[in-house]
Amino acid sequence: MQPPILEARGLEKRYGKTQALAGLDLVVNPGRVVALLGPNGAGKTTFVRAVATLLRPDAGTLHVDGIDALRKPARVRQVIGLAGQFAAVEEAMTGRENLEMVGRLFGLSRKAAKAAAVTVLDQMQLTADADRLVRTYSGGMRRRIDLGISLTGTPRLLLLDEPTTGLDPISRLQLWDAIRGLVVTGTDILLTTQYLDEADRLASDIVIIDHGTVIAAGTPAELKTRAGDDMIEVHVRDADHLPAVSAVLATIGHDPRVDAPQHRAYVAVDEGSSRLMDALRALDAHGITVEDISLRRPTLDEVFLALTGTPAQTTDSPGQPVGA
Amino acid sequence: MTGTSVIAPSPGVPRAALNTGAGLWPSSIAVAGRTVRKFARTPQLIVFTTIQSALFLLMFRYAFGGAIGTGGSLSYVSFLVPGFIATTVLWAGMGAATGVAEDVEQGFVDRLRSLPIPRAAVLIGRGLADTALIVWGLAIAAGFGFAVGFRLHGSVAGALAAFGLCVVFGFAFEWVFIVIGLVAGNAQAAQSMGLLITPLVFLSSAYVPVKSMPAGVRQFSEFQPVSPMANAVRGLATGARGQALLEHSTSYYVGLSLAWAAAIFVVFGLLAVLRFARR
Repeated sequence: MQPPILEARGLEKRYGKTQALAGLDLVVNPGRVVALLGPNGAGKTTFVRAVATLLRPDAGTLHVDGIDALRKPARVRQVIGLAGQFAAVEEAMTGRENLEMVGRLFGLSRKAAKAAAVTVLDQMQLTADADRLVRTYSGGMRRRIDLGISLTGTPRLLLLDEPTTGLDPISRLQLWDAIRGLVVTGTDILLTTQYLDEADRLASDIVIIDHGTVIAAGTPAELKTRAGDDMIEVHVRDADHLPAVSAVLATIGHDPRVDAPQHRAYVAVDEGSSRLMDALRALDAHGITVEDISLRRPTLDEVFLALTGTPAQTTDSPGQPVGA
Repeated sequence: MTGTSVIAPSPGVPRAALNTGAGLWPSSIAVAGRTVRKFARTPQLIVFTTIQSALFLLMFRYAFGGAIGTGGSLSYVSFLVPGFIATTVLWAGMGAATGVAEDVEQGFVDRLRSLPIPRAAVLIGRGLADTALIVWGLAIAAGFGFAVGFRLHGSVAGALAAFGLCVVFGFAFEWVFIVIGLVAGNAQAAQSMGLLITPLVFLSSAYVPVKSMPAGVRQFSEFQPVSPMANAVRGLATGARGQALLEHSTSYYVGLSLAWAAAIFVVFGLLAVLRFARR
């Protein structure tokens, strides 16, 4: 049986007064794309840096592909690839030269490094721009070549620390495509993100961390189920009616939330369809004109909010719910 | 949440092979090649450092030079140019501090540290590349020196020895700047910290005879590493007329310079390794 690709037990790391990792436990088996999701300062980057052997935890154990990362960090580096928050690419070299250099550093022969560069350029759709200096690349192209560089060694575990932060929506979609392409080739991926839609679209599993520990883990569907029940969402034309709507919803489920800018209120309920009828009747009895009422599954934002008490960031869709 | 989160496997996944990683020498060469290419392909770096070097020389040669007496039969230009060339390695080294700080700041060092290469290769590669850049800077400085009227008064062998000594001295001082770059955290801070070497350059025998300095300053100037270095280069390159200005023999200053270089290399090389190994 294959060892877990990642096994962390009781990981702790402290920077002065800040406890970045507070006994983090996580086991990831091979063949998964795992998104570490959490607010700024949750410990995501610290964890990735520990896995990449860039920092040494104060306590706990960490195994990568069965290798003890604290005792044999040099061997861990033989199975990982890292692409960080910054595109760590040499601007004064071409895309191809960057790839060939890192290929050589991974221990490939000159010929094998050239071949690996050709493959990766194709994979990242950068073949046409391969021989231009990276300083002429757009932000999205830089991220793609950066991702490509971490792939030249065909790692078993690829670590991506906020791979799309600061990218425009189109570049983000292109990078997502590139990352999804890797999954097919059998590279396991651990990525960190602050964006729920990114985690939802890329990952087979989501691990929510906050204050240096794992607070929830599972597939996106499992997490949505765990956050609770179905949601009833009511839209009104006139925002002045929202307090009244909220009062009605409080009798249907518990802890209703109001999203004033979007003219809506929503509440979690136990038995969806019958509660929907109750809600309609109660609203009608109060003489409230409803523009739209719906029954839906909770979004990851709501899951995140329920678990951490902090709203998550959303990327580019202003229609996403924000906790009121 | 209590207990460990376990993420289940997907069956039938292919496994990638291990990367053996490059050895110390090939990886150092690859890292050095990148730094040299960066320099060669960034015209701002080359042009700016060259102009800075030329301005310096012109200022001392033509603006201050008339007021500075060498106290012997050696002309000021012949006095100045060996000192100017010797201190070129310090100005060139400052670029290394900013370069290293940028690499730390922008995650390039992290990338290298996550690769299966000996971590020493990152430092050795940097040291090699910067030494190559120092040779380039020295050649330019020597060219300028001849252009403003410097003539060798000693032997060609002496001049070559002087050049070699500058390279050795530059290689040793390089590690001071690498440490500054590793510690600084960002390029601006590295540049400011690098400027702290300015007193070493000016409170030395490089541009001005130390005899003209007040007692305390003079003692400092005679003690610190740049003066024996400038004196050694001057003695080697200007023959008898230059040597007449020196208190000790040329070989005394050469020996002292090499001792300083060795001490600086050992201390700062070790500091760089310790700082780099920390994680």
